[in-house]
Amino acid sequence: MSGDATVAVRPLLTVDGLCVAYPGRDGAMTEVVREVSFTLGRERLGIVGESGSGKSQTGRAILGLTAPGGRVSARTLEFDGIDLLHCAPAQRRALRGGRIAMVLQDPKYSLNPVMTLGDQIVETLRAHQPVSRRAARGRMLDALAQVQIDDPGRVAALYPHEVSGGMGQRAMIAMMLIAGPELLIADEPTSALDVTVQLEVLAILDRLVADRGMGLILISHDLRLVSSFCDRVLVMYAGRVVEQIESGRLDQAQHPYTRGLLSCLPQLDAPRHPLPTLQRRPEWAA
Amino acid sequence: MSGRAGACGIAGDGLRVRYGGFTALHETSLQVAPGERFGIVGESGSGKSTVLRALCGLAPLAAGRVRLVGRDGPNLGSAGHPAPGSKAFRRQVQMVFQDPYGSLHPRQTVDRMLAEPLAIHGLDDGRGAAGREAGDRVARALADVGLGPAFRFRYPHQLSGGQRQRVAIARALILEPQVLLLDEPTSALDASVQAEVLNLLESLHQQRGLSFVMVSHDLAVVTHLCQRLMVMRQGRTVELLSSSDLASHRVRADYTRALMAASAGFRRGAAP
Repeated sequence: MSGDATVAVRPLLTVDGLCVAYPGRDGAMTEVVREVSFTLGRERLGIVGESGSGKSQTGRAILGLTAPGGRVSARTLEFDGIDLLHCAPAQRRALRGGRIAMVLQDPKYSLNPVMTLGDQIVETLRAHQPVSRRAARGRMLDALAQVQIDDPGRVAALYPHEVSGGMGQRAMIAMMLIAGPELLIADEPTSALDVTVQLEVLAILDRLVADRGMGLILISHDLRLVSSFCDRVLVMYAGRVVEQIESGRLDQAQHPYTRGLLSCLPQLDAPRHPLPTLQRRPEWAA
Repeated sequence: MSGRAGACGIAGDGLRVRYGGFTALHETSLQVAPGERFGIVGESGSGKSTVLRALCGLAPLAAGRVRLVGRDGPNLGSAGHPAPGSKAFRRQVQMVFQDPYGSLHPRQTVDRMLAEPLAIHGLDDGRGAAGREAGDRVARALADVGLGPAFRFRYPHQLSGGQRQRVAIARALILEPQVLLLDEPTSALDASVQAEVLNLLESLHQQRGLSFVMVSHDLAVVTHLCQRLMVMRQGRTVELLSSSDLASHRVRADYTRALMAASAGFRRGAAP
């Protein structure tokens, strides 16, 4: 644990035995994330699962955004040596948006509707770094240019309802990246966008992650998209990780759920009628 | 039921839809033969949903007309079919909406939602024998979409997304329409549930010979279900092609090619 070499390979994020539970109406706790463990370096990790599989709850628990009432527990939840579960709320708040950032699904709902895009980005930056107004504005325009917005000055003055979904999502990525995070959690960052726009946004994300050497967790329901984008994929079912696999070796997936997810998608050049459907087995959730 | 099946398709000639000064749909024509499955693809704002809404009378037409077409050919038979806007037309042409979370009444049971179209079209007066018959039809409609009688008295919040979409399909089918308009019927659903709904739609087509017009942004889904498809952009038709053309990459328009590339997934270095 001492020499420089071991420090260099220390993972950015260590998650061991993460559980998230919410109380039901009768007070009994329902576990929505169960014993999830993984480590993340400066790489692209995908978390895939269907609705209710706990993939978003995993991302939110790392960021400390679990809804009130929810109970988060883990043997280890460490970001760069900081124990996230036991650190002071002020430190957690400073990390959130600063060193760990999150891109949310739908720019229509997750941007502030009564602030211009530029003001929101400046606010994020000034919440984390002591920067003058003028300098913050300059960095905001830079950030918008980095997400390939052609006319940052004009776009900065617009409100969220005045821009398209793709433009809004770029602005959100600019906002999340402006404080220079080391870990980016992207929760379905492109599923509200058109397929052609999706690829542009992913390309921007890809380039920024590569240039800055960030860690990225991409949460999505789209196994094919995630596998084409990430280095490694965690497949979640009913709150558990059922399989962890290198993206390139997805065709060799072992777990029947992963295989079922892959085969139930219609394919352009290989028509199958009827489509194979996923037969869920109770033991997967056990 | 199968005797009347496939009796009519639907056609739109020069459809134009304007909202204020904005033209959402420029002179678009399409022809869906009886029993044919026709798909419309495009990005958001391309006017693909507007075509569906124009076909069923939910969008105001600034120009053009909608008509039902018979087996005898596009020009014949239209005289015998109900006129757009009439109750009889609406019985023939039913729509399934995109979001099963938004399109079902949150405070009505499945039973009541399915009985409502029957009451509107005078197939149930709520009393006596007719009422009982309506009850049978509701149970049958649910069975047709693979839901057991246990679902009949549930509320939408007690159903999963896939079950809700099945209820929405049952509601459209309970009037035994000839033409089913599907607006992104699976885009709000998980991939595994999408496969189930697509299989259901396909088997309903086989049993009843319905004509489908399906809108989707997902090329693979449209190609799976439809024989012919239309690619739209900015309110205009970009290309008309058959699914086999698409599967073997015989496309003419650059935009269609871009859509195909996009549906193949992310490729590092290939994107702009």
